[in-house]
Amino acid sequence: MVNYILKRLMGMVPVLIGITLITFFVIHLSPGKPTRLQAEMSPKISLEAREKLDKLYGLDKPVHIQYWEWVKRLMRLDLGKSFVDERPVSEKIGERIPITITINVLSLALIFLAAVPIGITSAVREGSAYDRISTVFVFIGFAMPTFWLALLLMSLFGVQLGWLPISGIKSIDFEDYNLVEKIFDLIRHLALPVFVSAFAGLAGISRYMRTSMLEILNKDFVRTARAKGLPERDVIYKHALRNALLPIVTIIGLSVPGLIGGSVIFESIYAIPGMGKLFYDSVMARDYPVIMGVLFIGAVLTLIGNLIADVMYAYVDPRIRVSGR
Amino acid sequence: MHIKISRLFGIFLLIVWGHAPVGHTSQEVCSPAGDASQPPVAQSPYGDAIVTASIGDASTLIPILASDSSSAEICGLIYNGLVRYDKNLELEGELAESWEVKDGGLIIIFHLRRGVKWHDGRPFTARDVEFTYLKLIDPDVKTPYSGDFERVKSLEVIDDYTVKVDYKEPFSPGLSSWGMGIMPKHLLENEDLSNTRYSRNPIGTGPYRFKEWKTGEKIVLVSNPDYYEGRPYINRYIYRIIPDQATTFLELQTQGVDQVGLIPLQYSRQTDTPFFKKYYRKYKYPSFGYSYMGFNLRDPKFSDVRVRLALDHAINKEEIISGVLLGLGRVSTGPFPPESWACNKHVRPVPYDPIKARALLKEAGWEDHDGNGILDKDGQEFRFTIMTNQGNDTRKTTAEIIQRRLRDIGVVAEVRIIEWATFLSEFIDKGKFEAVIMGWSLSRDPDCYDIWHSSKTRPGEFNFIGYKNEEVDKLLLEGRREYDKDIRRQIYNRINRLIFDDHPCIFLYVPDALPIVHARFRGIEPAPAGIGYNFIKWYVPTEEQRYTRW
Repeated sequence: MVNYILKRLMGMVPVLIGITLITFFVIHLSPGKPTRLQAEMSPKISLEAREKLDKLYGLDKPVHIQYWEWVKRLMRLDLGKSFVDERPVSEKIGERIPITITINVLSLALIFLAAVPIGITSAVREGSAYDRISTVFVFIGFAMPTFWLALLLMSLFGVQLGWLPISGIKSIDFEDYNLVEKIFDLIRHLALPVFVSAFAGLAGISRYMRTSMLEILNKDFVRTARAKGLPERDVIYKHALRNALLPIVTIIGLSVPGLIGGSVIFESIYAIPGMGKLFYDSVMARDYPVIMGVLFIGAVLTLIGNLIADVMYAYVDPRIRVSGR
Repeated sequence: MHIKISRLFGIFLLIVWGHAPVGHTSQEVCSPAGDASQPPVAQSPYGDAIVTASIGDASTLIPILASDSSSAEICGLIYNGLVRYDKNLELEGELAESWEVKDGGLIIIFHLRRGVKWHDGRPFTARDVEFTYLKLIDPDVKTPYSGDFERVKSLEVIDDYTVKVDYKEPFSPGLSSWGMGIMPKHLLENEDLSNTRYSRNPIGTGPYRFKEWKTGEKIVLVSNPDYYEGRPYINRYIYRIIPDQATTFLELQTQGVDQVGLIPLQYSRQTDTPFFKKYYRKYKYPSFGYSYMGFNLRDPKFSDVRVRLALDHAINKEEIISGVLLGLGRVSTGPFPPESWACNKHVRPVPYDPIKARALLKEAGWEDHDGNGILDKDGQEFRFTIMTNQGNDTRKTTAEIIQRRLRDIGVVAEVRIIEWATFLSEFIDKGKFEAVIMGWSLSRDPDCYDIWHSSKTRPGEFNFIGYKNEEVDKLLLEGRREYDKDIRRQIYNRINRLIFDDHPCIFLYVPDALPIVHARFRGIEPAPAGIGYNFIKWYVPTEEQRYTRW
């Protein structure tokens, strides 16, 4: 197993280099210069001043040299500095990751808590009214534009009922609260964003669960279990479910890179300073170091997530473990 | 899709401080309680906080590096310049108590205010002014504002409270450039400005002190009890970053935000409810900028002034204002906003007259020879593309209305919307466009050399439409050499007339700034400069204060 993991890790290095190389060049191919955007369209900002800025940022050098300098910095684990505010990229990403991960973990947990039971029950009662209604329900969540749902809920709970705050992650006098008030305040602020993002994700997982459960329920060993007179509960939860969860394990592994990704639409609406907004703003401002930083971390996490998924899969499924040897 | 307006080009969302425009200001009194025009009583109550919403976060709080409107807005409260514009948009002293202009404008001597203190208690002196100037012209400092200061030959500190500035040649817009926030020498002297902790932890001399900055979330300032004009009444200034307009509007409905700039639809329809009438007041005044449709004057189609005038006749500006801005704007009559002293009041907008437009085009040789409904000349049909940037619905809709009106006279215009960065670098800078719809936001000083002088046509410079008029060139140079305001007025009035008569672009409209402020704030006195100029005199009566923890 250790050998296998090491081999996989080694194999990731060229993939990673390939990813950075392609993204770096693609980003630099897109028209527009960061210095031009920073300076807006104000007649007070002269061409000479902008040319000076190009030079100071090293933007006058050829792209391959800029890439090499980026790689050299990366070797020292330095992601560089943002063109927009000169702060280290790692710091900019670091201050936004906690809130994004918090929301994503909470919503992922909520998705699994709701989607797995929905999937199981609708598979067990395949074709029933419950199955159809739950299918329609999760697909409504999938199809409904998040920004629209978000605004409707904000208007209902924030304005009409006045139960929840509209936006942000903390009240403006948060610092003066005691611990209990702080926790309560955070929960109130996070309730809607977490719910909205979970609602949209229900369909995927519950469908996976349903399909995989249906497949298992038609297997011979399930029939055997039933034939030997096990109660239906045990058949489903002890025998079928364990096998049906295998694909879900893979999905958890693949969700790892998604944990640091945010949605710009979503974060803009709720005024949450997360990764999605950071990335979007960086692209719009052609802030190359930040774009590269976010993409690089995303690439690393994707590769690690794949590895974790494979390892976990092997761990829970003896068949793979055995044939892999 | 609802990231509608990026701060790069959202005219309406520029909030009122510092950008406060010129002109008549109207106020809609929505609340029976309290009268805003009443002067603050002798002992106005201190306390409360104001929550402002902005679509974008600041990037740095070093004034000479701040190029976005959010950074500039916060810097405006933390720092002071030597001069500033008062409520009637006349220059007045801020850190400079007075100034003298000598030798026909070659020398400016600033007499600085005594007893002004930095937020850390150290006295402000002429050394700080010198330091700020040296940083502005330092080639290693990433400031976009070096242009105006490159014209200074030398700056001399005569004593702790007197500074003498020598210009290479008289440069009247230079005086207002000293409105730049002055930075503390004792703290920043040995710092790399673009990489200093003070860029996120600034020390200034202004009415508010920096408290905290949560990136992407909020910036909090607290009132400066030692401010030289007296302690501001409102204890805290909270700048919340809310990127989505719809969210901001919901926040207004729960009174979570006290002040924001509205868009026309919100101003005229959505805030016309009993709730808003009770809890908020709306203000309206022309913003200091205009939108226009510019022609690429190097294109042979547009080289004939009769053609440009014809297109101007064919476009109904009033219709655009009522359709796109819901009437909240006025027709632009040239490169200066209508209420600016530089604006020539005798210049009338070109009236909507499609018949005259057709006649003028015919005179210039454009006729529908083959009867297909499209004008042609020498076998070429009159077709062109109007480009504008993505994310600005106002411009997009304007383009569509223009397209419709041009079709009426037999001209086919296509509309192309392009992402801002690409639009600038691939089309504007390279001169690869036929017509564009864009806007200028202007400085208070009427000097517009960079936009209209014929030397400013290199890629990346601002006369990208390629305008050239020798008399205008000459007058632009004269205007920036002259300090006498009456003479300058004549010069700029003449420039206004000449440029307008050349029709290098179709001047469309000057949109209104539409701020809304919570009704508990008193002491707001709308003036030509807008409402933000006397912010430190705003107050909330004790019994109406909302944030009492502080």
